[in-house]
This record gives sequence, C-alpha cells and structure tokens, in this order.
Amino acid sequence: MLPFSFEWIWDLSHMVFMGGLWYALTIIGLGMTYCIIKAAVDTCKGKGGHCGH
Amino acid sequence: MDSALIPEGVKRCSFGKFIFWIIVVGAVLLWGVFAMLLCWFKGLNQTNMNDAYGFAVWIWADLAVIALGGGAFFTGLLRYIFGKDELKNIINYAVLIGFICYSSALLILAIDIGQPLRGWFIFWHANVHSMLTEVAFCLSCYFAVLTIEYIPLILENRQVDKVPFFHNLSHNMHGIMAIFAATGAFLSFFHQGSLGGVAGVLFGRPFAYREGVFIWPWTFFLFTWSAAACGPCFTILITWITEKITRKKLVKKNVIMLLAKIAGWMLATYTIAKIIDTWYWAAVTVPSKGFTLMDFYSNNPLYGIWILVLEIVICGVVPSIILITKTGRESSFLLISAVFLGALGACVNRWVMVLQVMAVPVMTFESWPMYFPSWQEIATTILPVAYGIILIMISYRYLPIFPQERQIEQIG
Repeated sequence: MLPFSFEWIWDLSHMVFMGGLWYALTIIGLGMTYCIIKAAVDTCKGKGGHCGH
Repeated sequence: MDSALIPEGVKRCSFGKFIFWIIVVGAVLLWGVFAMLLCWFKGLNQTNMNDAYGFAVWIWADLAVIALGGGAFFTGLLRYIFGKDELKNIINYAVLIGFICYSSALLILAIDIGQPLRGWFIFWHANVHSMLTEVAFCLSCYFAVLTIEYIPLILENRQVDKVPFFHNLSHNMHGIMAIFAATGAFLSFFHQGSLGGVAGVLFGRPFAYREGVFIWPWTFFLFTWSAAACGPCFTILITWITEKITRKKLVKKNVIMLLAKIAGWMLATYTIAKIIDTWYWAAVTVPSKGFTLMDFYSNNPLYGIWILVLEIVICGVVPSIILITKTGRESSFLLISAVFLGALGACVNRWVMVLQVMAVPVMTFESWPMYFPSWQEIATTILPVAYGIILIMISYRYLPIFPQERQIEQIG
C-alpha cells in the first residue's frame, strides 16, 4: 500500500507499518543494486579472474 | 559424472547413490505436492479444521519452523554484529537451515490461506491494526534477506565461480553482509515477537492472554527469546545429523561448543523468564479472569498438565543445565540430547500457544474439542521436511557449505 492508494489514511499505524515495510525493502533493494552494479563495474575492469576469498 | 561441480578437495558419495536418495525423498515430496494441489483445487474442506480449530497443524508447523529457523538470524547477529568470528564456520549451514525453514513457512501459509493468488492482498490492503500483518511483512522481507544470504553460496559453486561477474557479485555480497544480517535481525525480532503477540493479545482467551509493555504482551518477548535460544539448538542438531549421515566431521568442536554455550545461556534465561511468566499468569492473571490453573488442563490425550512439565522442565530446565555446564557440553550424548530437547521445547511451546489456546473451553457450556489432522494436512506438513532434505542434499554436494570440511578431512 502506498500513500496514493484510496484506502491510505495518514495516521500513526499506517506510517509505522507501511514505513517499516518500505524502509526494509529499500535497504534490501539498495544493497542488492549496489552489489550488482559494483560487480558489473569490477567485471568490466577485469577483476575476479580467479581465486577464493 | 558430476565431479566438476563438487567442491575441490572433498569427497562425496557416487552420483548414482545421490540420485537414488533424491528419488526416495522426492517420492515423499510428490505425495505432499499431491495433497497441496488437492487443498488448492478442492478447497480447505480437505482438512479437519473446524470452528474450534481455525488454526491447526499448519499454523503450529509454521510457528515451529519459524522458531527453529531462528538459528539463522541469531547466528548471523553473533557473527556479523557481535563479532563472534568462529561462527563463520557454521553460519552457511545456519543460513541454509533458516532458508529452508522460512521458505517452508511461506509454503505452508500459501496452502493455508486457501487462495494463494490473493496472497498479495496482505501487503496492498494491509490491516495495520493486526499483528499478523507485521508477521507477514517481516516474514517476507526476512525471507528475502535469507535468499540474499544464500545466493553467495550458490555463486561459490566451483563452476559458477569461474564466471567473473558471479565471482565479483559473491565477493561484493559478502562485503556488505553485515548490513543484511542487521536488517535480518531487526525483522526477525519483530516477526518472532508478533507471532507471540498474536496469542498474548487474545483477552477473550485467558489461557493465552498476557499483560505486557505498551502494545506488546510478554509473549511477544518470550517468542523472540525462545527462537534465539532454540534456533541455534536446531542448527547444532541438524549439523550432528548431517555428520552422522555423511560419516564425517564437518564443523570443528570449538565452534559447536561456542554456539552450544551461547544457546545454553539464552535457553536458561528464557526458561527463567518463562517460569516467572507462567507463575504470574497462574497466580494473578488467571484468577482475575475467574479461572483456576487446572481449568486449562484436562485428562484428554492432548492437553494434560504433563504438557506444562514437558515444556518448562524437560525441554527447558534440563537442557539449560546441560548446555551451560562445561561437562554437559563436553559429553556428546548429553549435548545432542540437550539440543534435541531445546528444539522440541520450541515446538511444544508453539503447540500450546496455537492448539491448546483453541481447545480450552471459555464458556460454561463448552467442552474440550479434540482434533486430528487429515492425511492431506499431514502430507502437506511433511512436504517441507522432504523439500528441506533435498535442498540440504543438493547444497551439501555442490556448494562449499562447511568451510572447515577440507581441513578436517586432511587432518583426519
């Protein structure tokens, strides 16, 4: 649910519940986006030829 | 045949033997899938749920696997946030077990809601006054976190790792894993707690009702606490079972000892909190609602007073004493008995907080309704177990789940 949905109400419950959900999803999304973009950049630079961590 | 996919320097059984066991467990899986399709196509009349048991064996299994899967978030918290570096040798397996537990929980919920195509309603048309909404949000997000924690393991497969992009992706994901682990711990705290909160706020059912802090009843905190205590016990138990089946040592003793010690102290403090909670409930809350303690226990086979003794004494006090004492942990028999009892304790607690809550009569004209699941419910509850075994078999064979395995094999 987003604030522009018809059933949205600007109260504490909606802000805490939905804010928490979008906050967690944002962290997960941004984290994965960072990893994927950095992996693509590293690969273009020729890193990761081979070895363990 | 598949030796190019097996991690370097470790031994695995023949491909034929592996496939044979996949087929055996796969047959059980298919039985569960058949029952699942029956429930989806014919409806929930395939179950023995009724007006008394709106929550039944599925919800018990759901809560139990979520508690047992708590080893992933708690071990991750200890490893990445509190810096317990030794646990890096068991964290992969804890993540795999957590991934299986949480995907199983979501699968069971998908069957239980009857109309899985409408599963997304809880996100878009959320009831923001329901603890179950919080559970759905945190459960789904945490499953995403567990998937993210499991992906680097897949990318570390010998052949996949040869692809530079996947190698870099795995490396980068390891680099920021602490952020994911912290997010996972935050999400786990709330969904484990809210599952307890669901029972604790039922003021019309004095067996479950508890007082608490602000909007959270004490059961909120007890559920989180018990998951953090019993989850690592389950991780140790499954590691031991895997070692017995593969006939080799996979994790060094000091790692198991550390996790067992932490789990022991968590279990001991949880058991003390649970005893205080039960005493206060029996002495203050229950009389205030017009009941006595024994009104909530019966001579029937499912809900006798024995269940309270089993949960608190046999599965709480006994394993706590074993796990917090060095001599107890050093004995292999006592250690495995203790972690088994600890894991069983979480299952018994969830049984009590789901099924006994439904069964206890609250009106003078009511009696104790009994419940036995239909074969479809049993098959769909066994389905995730078969799925978990298959995923462990595949992951163990092809992925570097146990970082110490090669070293132990060389020494041995």
